Amino acid sequence: MKLPAPTTCLVLGAAMAFASLPAQAADTSPAQLLSHWSAQAGAPGNAERGRVFFNAKQGGNWSCASCHGTPPTAQGRHASTGKSIAPLAPAFNPLSLTDVARVDKWFRRNCNDVLSRECSAAEKADVLAYLNGLKP
Amino acid sequence: MNPTTHASRFARIAAGITLALALTSATGADSGQQSLVMPKAYVQECATCHTAFPAGMLPAASWTRIMNGLDKHYGTDASLDAATLLQLGDWLQANAASGRRATAEPPQDRITLSDWFVREHRKVDATVWKLASVNSASNCAACHGGADQGRFNERELIFPPGLDARYRRAWRD
Repeated sequence: MKLPAPTTCLVLGAAMAFASLPAQAADTSPAQLLSHWSAQAGAPGNAERGRVFFNAKQGGNWSCASCHGTPPTAQGRHASTGKSIAPLAPAFNPLSLTDVARVDKWFRRNCNDVLSRECSAAEKADVLAYLNGLKP
Repeated sequence: MNPTTHASRFARIAAGITLALALTSATGADSGQQSLVMPKAYVQECATCHTAFPAGMLPAASWTRIMNGLDKHYGTDASLDAATLLQLGDWLQANAASGRRATAEPPQDRITLSDWFVREHRKVDATVWKLASVNSASNCAACHGGADQGRFNERELIFPPGLDARYRRAWRD
């Protein structure tokens, strides 16, 4: 016996809905993050300052670029494990910088690795200005 | 056979498929076969930086020390929020090494310094580990095609790019 067509469509529809669920729900955007930290810092983020900050070792062994590459528009590579890292610049990776918890977590971890402290709102605003300005 | 029976049987199968898809989706689209047994948070939090090492590769005591020191995790800050730390810690404890490996705590709690790991890889030349495509002994997937899905069987062994032919013998035994 043939399956009734509407049921088949319904099941296929459900399957596709599940298959296309993103790993993270987007709850922010790179532009929102930039304005959030610019407001906190009391000054707009500066892309050139962000570029210098991103590429500089700040007393330790690593800069942001050590893992994310420079400019961070292609796949990066974890400096110690070699695991590949998706492009950081949002124009090259639509999922980048779209989840507040994820962005906060990685700034906390990575600033600690590079600077042995948390990053200031001004530093984050500068980095966002730099990353958001990178275009294909 | 009457069509109603068919339809209800089909509905049950469809529900099963939908549930299976929901489980797969809940554990991450790219985590593959073992995603059904590895917590989503394990893949998300740990496998971003390195292989999602099977919990059974280290004894419980090693996992305890690792989870208590995530802010200084082999040279990087891998700290977690309290709830995730508890969840993953419990899962690692429940699935840690059993049998002979359960009490063999490797130096620095490194899987790659475990006796069994060293023995299994004894024929791999030192040059191989230094290949750009390998970079680190913890980069399992460079040679183990199924590593990201928790599979380490020899049928899935691959040659890392740049491997010189004279070192390939170790892959065959």
